[in-house]
Amino acid sequence: MEKTLNQLEEQKEAKIIEIKGGVSFNKKLAELNIRVGKNIKKLASQPFMGPVVVEIGNTEITLGRGMAGKIYVEEI
Amino acid sequence: MKKILLAGNPNTGKSTCFARMTGVDVIISNYPGTTVELKKGRMKLKGEAREVIDVPGIYSLSPANEAEKIAVKKLLSSEGKIINVVDGLNLERNLYLTLELIEKGLPIVVALNFCNELRHRGVKIDVKKLEKLLGVPVIPISAIAGQGIKKLVDKLPELKSRPETKVLSDKERWQKIEAIIKQVQEFNPKKHTFWEHLEDFSIHPLTGIPAGLFIIFASFVLVRFVGEFLINYIFNPLFSLYYPVVLKISAFLGPGLWRDILIGSFMDGKIAFDQSMGLLTTGLFVPIAMVLPYVLAFYAVLGILEDSGYLPRLATLLDTLMHKLGMHGLAVVPMFLGLGCNVPGVLSVRILQTKKERFVAAALLAVSVPCMAQMAVIFSLLGSYGAGALISYFLILFIVWLVLGIVLNKLIKGEAMETFMEIPPYRLPNLLSFTKKLWMRMKNFIYEAIPFVFLGVLIINILYVFNVVAWLGDLAAPVMSRLLGLPLEAVLSLIVGFIRKDMAVGILSPLGLSLKQLLIASVMLTMYFPCVATFVVLFKEVRLKGLLQISAIMIFMSLFVGGLLNLVL
Repeated sequence: MEKTLNQLEEQKEAKIIEIKGGVSFNKKLAELNIRVGKNIKKLASQPFMGPVVVEIGNTEITLGRGMAGKIYVEEI
Repeated sequence: MKKILLAGNPNTGKSTCFARMTGVDVIISNYPGTTVELKKGRMKLKGEAREVIDVPGIYSLSPANEAEKIAVKKLLSSEGKIINVVDGLNLERNLYLTLELIEKGLPIVVALNFCNELRHRGVKIDVKKLEKLLGVPVIPISAIAGQGIKKLVDKLPELKSRPETKVLSDKERWQKIEAIIKQVQEFNPKKHTFWEHLEDFSIHPLTGIPAGLFIIFASFVLVRFVGEFLINYIFNPLFSLYYPVVLKISAFLGPGLWRDILIGSFMDGKIAFDQSMGLLTTGLFVPIAMVLPYVLAFYAVLGILEDSGYLPRLATLLDTLMHKLGMHGLAVVPMFLGLGCNVPGVLSVRILQTKKERFVAAALLAVSVPCMAQMAVIFSLLGSYGAGALISYFLILFIVWLVLGIVLNKLIKGEAMETFMEIPPYRLPNLLSFTKKLWMRMKNFIYEAIPFVFLGVLIINILYVFNVVAWLGDLAAPVMSRLLGLPLEAVLSLIVGFIRKDMAVGILSPLGLSLKQLLIASVMLTMYFPCVATFVVLFKEVRLKGLLQISAIMIFMSLFVGGLLNLVL
């Protein structure tokens, strides 16, 4: 089932299937290896609309909810 | 001189390599963006001098912000040999920049860093194959341990420029990277090591937020405890030994101008190191015996927070709060540095992306973040009234910080960037680089503090000799006494505060102020103006217009808060 990174439950792993947004947004995410086709794990989401923390490979990344809401994933 | 450039993603260990190669001391920490400007050093390569340049971290050759623009320009225009420092734990995304550099035909060698951590994290890399696929030399290193650096340097003379190859599209480049990774890397994530448990624990809000609050609180207590210990058991005894020497000098000089300036005035027939206001008494005692121990304790604690990799986690936990104040999580870095000294604090606002964030951070630092030198004197001033007095002082400043941030966020146009940052793995601080960093910061403190304290003492003496204090007191009387409820003598501390905040707070101690007056005066002194050194860097970072705006905010806020406290307390 397709959902955004915000909707993904904590500690669940998923595959990125689509990243909405322009070229520069995609490029920025790709710098930290957040790309379509990669597996991603959601570690935590901070309360009061705070950022979410994800893990890709060996990297932990903090990203705001606005950005996370544009990343669509499919649970594995 | 021919050049060697260190290039790579943020937090891959470029500065560590730089320090190893040149012997130049640079600040190294475990978070992305420690290095914000180009650093230059020298080394000998086969008997010839070479300039080594540490370039701030970049992810690609298409820069996103000012700091990256400078870095990319330097890389492409320098015609030097390039050491591409790569994080072995994150080879895949690091290779993007590597491929771009190779496409440009630049003479590069890849330094595969953190090789000592690979096995532990379940990563295996076939270096020979990687070398073959990339077509450039790859040297496994562990920069912090100094392993592989010599081999890396020995490779440099062999590097040659190659003709530029076809520039790949984004998609093609990633495809190529994935193909390489498939052939050279095995990754079997080993979960549940101690460090990984700790990583999970400190990022999850339920456990992380209490832990974060505890760490901040414990850091303060530790700084106070260690500082006090050093004062009582090392620095005060040292100055007791020094006392007879000062008496002899005093007797030798005899009464007169020289004794007034060098030794100062006697209190009840004795020299009081903290109050006599002589260059050789108070001028040495305040920076060395009152302030330095706390500064040392603070930077030791900060060093642990920086090198372990905790700060980016704290930034994540505090991100929501920071956004309410018009900044984002990473603003904890300038705030923490500012607690040590406002100068590096203001310099580090550069790691924030938008103009609004930088302005808010600089304004909050200048108005409401006391530096360690100032806190040290306030500890001794308010400390005798118990913990309640100190807590009130910090609480007042924290509220000012919060309210001013919220107001500035509403008033200033522009946006705070959404947080997007890498969190480094926890690492055990390396004793050598920890000590080096501490030493560098202490050296900076001593070089800056002692001359300025001397200048402060000198100005106090001159102002007294020419009776300027009384005159200024009369001038400022309406504000000082009516609005703030402070005696006229306290005006002197406001003047001296521009030179050195710790001196200014020191002036208050002989005035016999009540607790309420001390609190108001301490808060006023923290807020009304930064010291002259901070003023200079503020000008550099926010320009004249920003500086004028911040000054207006400072004057308004300090009078407003001071007046309010006078009414309420």
